[in-house]
Amino acid sequence: MEALSANIKEDLKPPRVNIGIIGWVRANLFNGVFNSILTIVMLFLLWKTIPPLLQWAFIDSTWLAGSASCRQSPEGACWSIISKNFRFIIFGFYPYELQWRPLVAMIILFSLLFYSRNRNNWKKSLGYAWITGLILMGILMKGGLLGLKSVETTQWGGLPLTLLLAVFGLTAAYPLGVVLALGRQSKMKGVKVLSILYIELIRGVPLISLLFMSSIIFPLFLPEGITINKILRAQVAIILFTAAYIAEVVRGGLQGMTQGQYEAAEALGLNYYLTLRLVILPQALKIVIPPTVSILISAFKDTSLVVIIALFDLLKTTQSVLSNPEWMGFSREAYMFIAILYFAGCFSMSNYSRKLERELSRG
Amino acid sequence: MDNALSEKVPFWLDPKKRSLIYQMFIFCMVGLLAYYLVSNTLTNLKRQSIATGFGFIQKESSFEIGESLIPYSAADTYGRALIVGALNTLKVSFVGIIFSLIIGTLIGVGRLSSNWLVSKISSLYIEVMQDIPILLQLFFWYALFYEALPSPQNSLSPFKGVFLCNRGAAFAVPAAHPAYKYMLLALLIGAITAYAIRRWARKRQEKTGQLFPVFTVSLGLIVVLPLFTWVAFGAPLKMNIPRLSGFNFVGGVTVSPEFIALFLGLVLYTAAFVAEVVRAGIQSVSTGQTEAAMAIGLKKGAILNLVILPQALRVIIPPLTSQMLNLTKNSSLAVAIGYPDFVSVANTTINQTGQSIEGVALIMTIYLIFSLSTSVFMNWYNKKVALVER
Repeated sequence: MEALSANIKEDLKPPRVNIGIIGWVRANLFNGVFNSILTIVMLFLLWKTIPPLLQWAFIDSTWLAGSASCRQSPEGACWSIISKNFRFIIFGFYPYELQWRPLVAMIILFSLLFYSRNRNNWKKSLGYAWITGLILMGILMKGGLLGLKSVETTQWGGLPLTLLLAVFGLTAAYPLGVVLALGRQSKMKGVKVLSILYIELIRGVPLISLLFMSSIIFPLFLPEGITINKILRAQVAIILFTAAYIAEVVRGGLQGMTQGQYEAAEALGLNYYLTLRLVILPQALKIVIPPTVSILISAFKDTSLVVIIALFDLLKTTQSVLSNPEWMGFSREAYMFIAILYFAGCFSMSNYSRKLERELSRG
Repeated sequence: MDNALSEKVPFWLDPKKRSLIYQMFIFCMVGLLAYYLVSNTLTNLKRQSIATGFGFIQKESSFEIGESLIPYSAADTYGRALIVGALNTLKVSFVGIIFSLIIGTLIGVGRLSSNWLVSKISSLYIEVMQDIPILLQLFFWYALFYEALPSPQNSLSPFKGVFLCNRGAAFAVPAAHPAYKYMLLALLIGAITAYAIRRWARKRQEKTGQLFPVFTVSLGLIVVLPLFTWVAFGAPLKMNIPRLSGFNFVGGVTVSPEFIALFLGLVLYTAAFVAEVVRAGIQSVSTGQTEAAMAIGLKKGAILNLVILPQALRVIIPPLTSQMLNLTKNSSLAVAIGYPDFVSVANTTINQTGQSIEGVALIMTIYLIFSLSTSVFMNWYNKKVALVER
């Protein structure tokens, strides 16, 4: 009797099946008949796909041996297509003994990106650091200065080319996009019409038509004797294309500004340029940072389209490895590797964009 | 007084005149640039003795196209080849849009599911697909078809009547029978009647407040009427099953690996974006709306139809149309894997005739027509669903 009353005085614990792992599973996987069926179907599908995939990718796979031993074990993945051709896939036809130069350029780029992640570091000095970095990267790639051996742009390729097209594409497209957005908001009818025409025309056509234009029509535009190299032409096409999309994003930010901001700036006696520089753009561009990052992501992905006009970017170097009879038939492994590289790049950008969005909404 | 003031202001400080000068300057610059480019182009064309104009459209194309919706042979004109290409673009876009809408909606809803596993798998899918370039995905699916699938002789057959091999896929389809024509007619009649009933029911509800089970009746009309026709014709069951003859399948419907790779790539890629749009649309309707609708005693179906969907669709439709347009534009990447879409046919035409300017202009025009007609539709739709505020 005594023992019983002592028991009652204790706090009544929730039933064992409502807490801990069992509770979580019940609440999240088996709440209701429909969800239970769904869970079981999903588990079945996962069990059917994941173990064979792991078996293929890790257990039966060949990592370092040559293609001959890959062909002996066809049930596993052949990752040696990557390990054996790694430097060609990454650097393309860049002279073998000079490949440290694009490597250093990429390291500079990544460290700049890494440093710029923190918004507290966004100062004027960072802007100068970027400009210096970009120039340095250009010198490293091209050579011909400071005792570096000159490397023709036709030999550029692989990951450095992909990054170059994306980074320079965006840095040049951004100011152009801002100008176009301002043109579209302008009170001057003529400027407005021109901007709208440009933006809608570019956004209406696929990038590939612009790339075709750059590779086959652009040479016709130039006077006789002047040629511009292929990479630069593709770069211009990417810039013109991206600028139209940035313009639309920036326009969203400009429309978010209330009329009061303009009026207040006018009341202070600021002219158009100063109004934009000191009042409107700092606010408008801040609002549109997250959508700008998603433009950056799609610009990065879109650089892969230069394959079609036969520039040796990351995808094209991989394909040329695949067209080598020794490595023919291992496309899945090669494309998966490239996909992982692109995924890593895009995922870190979109993750960063989400983080930034949270920070900005907190104020 | 006013006049005197404006006379004193020099013209470069008068905003109106100044903006006029700016605009004239910009137009002059644009005009000069255009003149420079055009004159350069003309001299270059003359030097390389390339004829301009669209005369080549009438000439014999003398190249074959792998798949075509209309009869076509190498003896036909370039014009017809381009039409074949445009139809192929429309074909893959149309089928792709339907499937990406279905899959995307499922994944978008799955993303919000209370089932942890479903929601995690959906978000993983969205993240992975969005972050890999569509071109790479196309190459991957194409390579998968060519390398992982066996030759037609030992083709895989995952379901009865479906064959997969490195030459494409073959499906069994119902053998031709006059009943199908009438079934289509019955379906059409059912759909029109359902539409009429819906309008009538809405009018009656506005007048009398009485509800009419529109959904059940329409479903009945659309499903039962064709089914009834089918039974009336003796329920034909004969199937046209593909069988191997030599190195290829005959009978049934065969689909080329290029089409399947393009279709898979476009659908799986776009579905991820559609899923995000759908998720955002559903989340934009606050739970308070559902609760309020429940409080006034609406049934579950009515809540969805009258409260949630009208609000969610207003958010969903505009980005969704731009995704559909993106799919159509991305279908131009067909040129990379050899599916004969418009860009690919135009590219061949350019290579054969050297009419690069006309060819690229044609590509741009076709896509501009697509996107302009979409934006006309969008403007109409936005006006229709715009919030009417008092």
